[in-house]
Amino acid sequence: MGRKEMIAMLLAGGEGKRLGVLTRDLAKPAVYFGGKYRIIDFTLSNCAHSGIDTVGVLTQYQPLELNRYLGIGSPWGLDRRDGGMTILPPYVKQKGGVWYKGTANAIYQNMAFIDRYNPEYVLIISGDHIYKMDYELMLEHHKRSGADVTIAGIEVDWKEASRFGVMHIDDEDRITAFEEKPKNPTSNIASMGVYIFTWSQLQKYLIYDEANRSSNHDFGKDLIPAMMKDGKNLYCYSFKGYWKDVGTIESLWEANMDLLADEPPLELSDESWRIYSVSPNQPAQHVGASAVISSSLITEGCLLEGEINRSVLFYGVKAEKDSFISESVVMPNVRIGEGARIYRAIIGEGAVIQAGVTIGSPDDDTITVVAVDQYVTNDHLLQEVEHS
Amino acid sequence: MKHKVMGVINLIHETDELERLTQGRCLATVPFGARYRLIDFVLSSMVNSGISKVAVFAHTKYRSLMDHLGSGKHWDLQHRQSGLFVLPPATDDIQEISRGDLYHFYQQRDYFNRSTLDYVVITRSHMVCNIDFEKVIQFHLEQEADITVVCKKQEDLLTGKARKVMMDEDGRITAIQDHYGRMSSDVSSMEMYVMRKDLLMELVETSLAQGQDHLVRHAIFSRIDKLRVFGYMYEGYLGVVNTITSYYRNSMNLLQPDVWKELFYQPGPIYTKVKDEPPARYLGGSKVTNSLIANGCRVEGTVVNSILFRGVHVQKGAIVKNSIIMQNGVVGEDSFIQHSILDKDVRVEADRDIRGADSAPFLAGKRKII
Repeated sequence: MGRKEMIAMLLAGGEGKRLGVLTRDLAKPAVYFGGKYRIIDFTLSNCAHSGIDTVGVLTQYQPLELNRYLGIGSPWGLDRRDGGMTILPPYVKQKGGVWYKGTANAIYQNMAFIDRYNPEYVLIISGDHIYKMDYELMLEHHKRSGADVTIAGIEVDWKEASRFGVMHIDDEDRITAFEEKPKNPTSNIASMGVYIFTWSQLQKYLIYDEANRSSNHDFGKDLIPAMMKDGKNLYCYSFKGYWKDVGTIESLWEANMDLLADEPPLELSDESWRIYSVSPNQPAQHVGASAVISSSLITEGCLLEGEINRSVLFYGVKAEKDSFISESVVMPNVRIGEGARIYRAIIGEGAVIQAGVTIGSPDDDTITVVAVDQYVTNDHLLQEVEHS
Repeated sequence: MKHKVMGVINLIHETDELERLTQGRCLATVPFGARYRLIDFVLSSMVNSGISKVAVFAHTKYRSLMDHLGSGKHWDLQHRQSGLFVLPPATDDIQEISRGDLYHFYQQRDYFNRSTLDYVVITRSHMVCNIDFEKVIQFHLEQEADITVVCKKQEDLLTGKARKVMMDEDGRITAIQDHYGRMSSDVSSMEMYVMRKDLLMELVETSLAQGQDHLVRHAIFSRIDKLRVFGYMYEGYLGVVNTITSYYRNSMNLLQPDVWKELFYQPGPIYTKVKDEPPARYLGGSKVTNSLIANGCRVEGTVVNSILFRGVHVQKGAIVKNSIIMQNGVVGEDSFIQHSILDKDVRVEADRDIRGADSAPFLAGKRKII
């Protein structure tokens, strides 16, 4: 087998607790986004466009749907004889099996997989973020700076900085300080959770970290600070562009709404950077005689008779006459009955909103979430609909 | 499928009066229904019926066909032992290329003989329908037929051209006539034939020995008394698409939600080449009613009773009515388009006014700039 210069390890085990009912039976990377995608499509498409042909996908939480979705990686061009996509769940070894204890431990447990390709560099990414990024440019930066690890960084709002690992950098992009989720951040350059390691260095630190009993086995909390302490070369690759962690109901909703701007910050129709996904094989959407649609993103297989404003509709949504959908994200195969009104909501896959039901309110800023396959009638509204 | 059946999609000498739409492509790859090509309907039907080996007898202008079908993986026809086989004419002699389908079947007889499958389903590409062939095979076996012809009772074919069929009370076909024949019958042949593979090979060899090389006109017509030929009545939606008017009118029929639900979903989904276009975008100020919109479209103007294929852009102030705009078409600002069919990549500049008639839609060829 040929040696690979760089392979990718994609962390896709995220439980996505803060997404509530949307991740009850689904790993976070498999959550729907943007009218026809799942969150993980973005990182996988980035790999495809960055010339990375070997990707290990580390799964753990609720992998069934995710595994089925990923298949052998064909939609992302990863069905390769040499390399391609490999799903890496935790497995039982001679001394018994263990779950992945943290992000670093997940990679540690799959060192044999990486060694098989004997790469020079390893790209660590996660299936939780929405962004378009050329990892090849980041690799060039890594090589040029002679770094042991390069961390992609992006400027975030000062208010939000404490949610991330933040970095201080010098004029040459060298990281001079790194703090994981600081209470009082002193920098607003956040780590995007995208790392390029020189494999020999990563290998060494994974083994150190595993032996350290007080470690959480996490990249941000343990491994990066350890490298920092040892005076290794840590560099930041500054990313300018759209990047969003869609870990909460609010951020998931907001990121979907971002797509509706006349000049969206994340362009999906960029021909040179198509986001690939599994095709649901649905006919073109049918916009009926009584439908009124504006400022929306709508996919194949929808049958629409209602009024739809500033919303994102996934495939197979049926919206009957006099229904009204505003500022909402409607996931696949949802049925919205006659006269139903939906304001600022995320409707889970397969849910049925009975005729005449109102969800949310035009005067309320909270986002209502309807769980997957929920049947919502006026009587059950309070019990069935969860407020975030 | 329980029974061992192979599919044959026969593109040799298909009736084609689609004018400019088939100038650079064969009938099988004419875009239809906002995101499909004509061949997708019969190919998907075969796959949904459990047929896992399909041969496409390509004939002329088949570059777009090869491009569209690729390895067959979009129809799940990429298998180790079976799958999709595109068979262009196995000769470089012009005279021989123009000979009938039996001649070409004979040229590829190894393909048939090597297969262990017992039955063949032979179809064309221009019959737009969604059919379960398993039921046809079942019927074929129950009738102990030699040949089963799939038929449709439909008074108005919307100018599509199809052969007419006459049957007795038992469903046995007594006569088949070409579309211009004078026989009065409202039953049309869907040009789908089921028979044992051995019988097909026998018909190929005996007919060719008699100097006859057309499957239907020669091999079947002339043996209609000797063979047990039965008609299976198909109940679903049928569009016979081989003239411009039938193309236009069958397209417009898709705007009826009932036709849309039936043709695209029942009994199975229709597959096509995946393009990875993003969802369609409707901007503020867009007005769309009674239309089919494919992914990748960007609508800023008004669209009424129309079909937009993938990646079409209707700019501000533009009005598109009763029209079909194929892949990546652009309608410039404040232009007005009515009763028109624009082939792929047609670009209508700003402030243009294009009007065809319902009975004779305006037709713009591929990549034209208006």
